[in-house]
Amino acid sequence: MQKIKDFYNKYKVIILLVLFVIMAVIPFLGIETLYIRYMCNIMMYATLAGSLNAINGYSGQMCLGQAGFFAIGAYTGAALSKNFGVSFWLLLLVGGLLAMLIGFLVSLPTLRLSGIYLSITTLGASEIIRIIAQTWTPVTGGTMGIKQIPYPEFFGLDMFRPQYYYYIFLFLLVLFLFVTNRVLKSRVGRAWMSIREDQIAAKSLGVETSFYKSTNFMYGAFWAGVIGVAYAPFVNFIDSTQFTTDVGFNVLAMVVLGGQGTLVGPILGAAVVTILTEALRFLESWRYVIYALLLIAMMWGRPQGLVGASKSMLAGGKIKVKEDKAKAKAEGGSAK
Amino acid sequence: MSQVPVLEAKGICKYFGGLKAVENVDMQIQKGDVFGIIGPNGAGKTTFFNMCTGIYAPTKGEIFLQGENITKMTPDKIARKKMARTFQNLQLFKFMSVLDNVKIGCHTQTKTNMADAILHTKRYKRDEKYAVEKSLEILESIGLIDYKDTMAGNLAYGMQRKVEIARALALDPVILLLDEPAAGMNANETDSLREFILMLNEKGYTIAVIEHDMKFIMNSCNRILVLNFGQKLCEGTPDEIKSNKDVQEAYFGKGIVAGEAVKVNG
Repeated sequence: MQKIKDFYNKYKVIILLVLFVIMAVIPFLGIETLYIRYMCNIMMYATLAGSLNAINGYSGQMCLGQAGFFAIGAYTGAALSKNFGVSFWLLLLVGGLLAMLIGFLVSLPTLRLSGIYLSITTLGASEIIRIIAQTWTPVTGGTMGIKQIPYPEFFGLDMFRPQYYYYIFLFLLVLFLFVTNRVLKSRVGRAWMSIREDQIAAKSLGVETSFYKSTNFMYGAFWAGVIGVAYAPFVNFIDSTQFTTDVGFNVLAMVVLGGQGTLVGPILGAAVVTILTEALRFLESWRYVIYALLLIAMMWGRPQGLVGASKSMLAGGKIKVKEDKAKAKAEGGSAK
Repeated sequence: MSQVPVLEAKGICKYFGGLKAVENVDMQIQKGDVFGIIGPNGAGKTTFFNMCTGIYAPTKGEIFLQGENITKMTPDKIARKKMARTFQNLQLFKFMSVLDNVKIGCHTQTKTNMADAILHTKRYKRDEKYAVEKSLEILESIGLIDYKDTMAGNLAYGMQRKVEIARALALDPVILLLDEPAAGMNANETDSLREFILMLNEKGYTIAVIEHDMKFIMNSCNRILVLNFGQKLCEGTPDEIKSNKDVQEAYFGKGIVAGEAVKVNG
C-alpha cells in the first residue's frame, strides 16, 4: 500500500492526465449506448454523492436531505428551460445558486442542532421540497411532472445523445473535484474539518463555527442543485416521485460505502451501487435485500468505507505516512 | 502595578443548578506572568478557565482581557482577541496531520475565503505561505518538526499535548491558558515542558497554567492562585503558598501538617 502511495504521489499529474484521457475517449470506442447511459448515471451520482460528502464527510454534519437540493436544481432547470428557453449552461449556475439559497435557509435552524436532530430536520426539509413539487402545479406540473425538457445546446448542437451527456457529466464531475479539492486544501476546508473533529476546540481557535457550518451546507447544496439541472434533460421527464427521501438515503449509502471524508470514496460508492443496481436487475425487488446485506456487511467489516479514512492516498491529501516510524521513535523516547 | 492586567476576573461565579462550581473569584494576571492555578480535584479550576475563554457564561461577575470586557463574548471572538488555550482532556483534530492542526491555529491571522481558495488568488497564496511558515516555525521550536505529516491521533500522549500547545501558539496569543499541560507526561517530558514554558515566557508570552504537579508549579510560576470548593483560598508567590496554613489544610486535611501526612502514608 505504501508503495502505491509513493508511486501515486510521484507521478500524480501523469496518472491523472492518463485517467482523464481514457475517460475522454471512451464514447468513441463504440460501446453500446446503454452502457454509456450507465456511465452517465455513475458520474451523475458520483457528483451528487460528492456534494453530500462535502457536508457529511468534511464538516461532520449529518445531512439526509440531499434529494431536496437535487430536486430544486432539477425543477429549476426543467421549468425555466421549458417555459422560457433559458440556456442550459446558465441554468446550471441558476439552479445551483437557488439550491444554495434554500440550503442557507435550511442551515439556519440546524445551526443549533447536531447529530440525529440535524439529520431529522434535513430529512424534513427534503420532504417538504418534494411535497411542494408535487402540489405546486403551475410551475412543477404537479403529479404530472414536466415532460419533454429541452436538450442542452452547445454552439448550435442539440445534445440529445447519451454520448453528449457523458461529456456534460464528466465535465461537471471533474469541475466538482477540482474546485472541492482546492477548497478543502485552504483555510475554509481546514475550518470545516476542524468542526468535524472537535467543535469546541475549533471555536477556541477562532473558527466561526456557525458561519462555516452554514457555508458548508450551502456548498453541498449548490453542487446538488447543479447536478439536478443536468439530470432533468438527461432523463427528459421529471416528477416528484424521483426525489423521494429514498434517493437521499441511496446517495448517503454511496458516500458511506465509498468512504466518507475522501474525494474518491463517493465516486467509487456511486459506481458500485449503480453497477449493482443494474447487474442485479433480474432479481427484481430482491436486489434491495442484497443491497441491504451488503451495507450491513460493510458497516461490520469496513466501517470507514472502501477507500478508508482520510489517511488514504485517495483522500486527496498528500499525507506521507510516517506513523510507524514516529510511533517507534515516541516509544523509544518514553522508554528512556 | 498601574498597567492594565492582561486578564482580570472580577467576582465571577458559576452555578450549575445548586452546585456552586466557582464562587466569587477575583484574579489579575499581569503581563509577563506565569500564573499558576492549583487546587484539589473538583475545585473549579477548569470551570474557571472555561469562563475565561467563553465556553461557559459566568453566572455573575465580569472578565476583562487587556481592559476589554469579554464576559459575554463567544469563544471564537475571544480567540480573535488573542487568548489561546489547551484542554485538560486533549481535544486535538485527531484525523488531521500535525501540520494541519497547527495551521488551523492560524485561522484568525488569515483571511482566505472560498472564492480565494477556488481561484488561488494572491490572498490565498499569501495566507498559505504565512500559515505554513508560521506552523513550521512553531513545530520546530517545540520539537515536533519530524512529525509534521503524522496524523495527530497517532502520536504518543505527551506529544499530543505538545501539538495542542503548538496549535494555541499559532494564534499569536497575548495570553496562553494551559489546562494541565503535564498530565500524562513522564518526568523527563515534564522537565522539558517546563523549560519550554519558561522559554515562551522569556519571549514575552503571558501564561496561565492549571497543574497538579507541584514541582512543576513551584518551579515555573511567579504567582499562584489556590482554589478550593470553588472559592479562592489564597494568592501569592510560590513561597507564600507553600507556607500558607489554609493551603496545607486543603491538601492534607485539618490537624495534620504536611510532613506528618507523608509519614502517615508511609
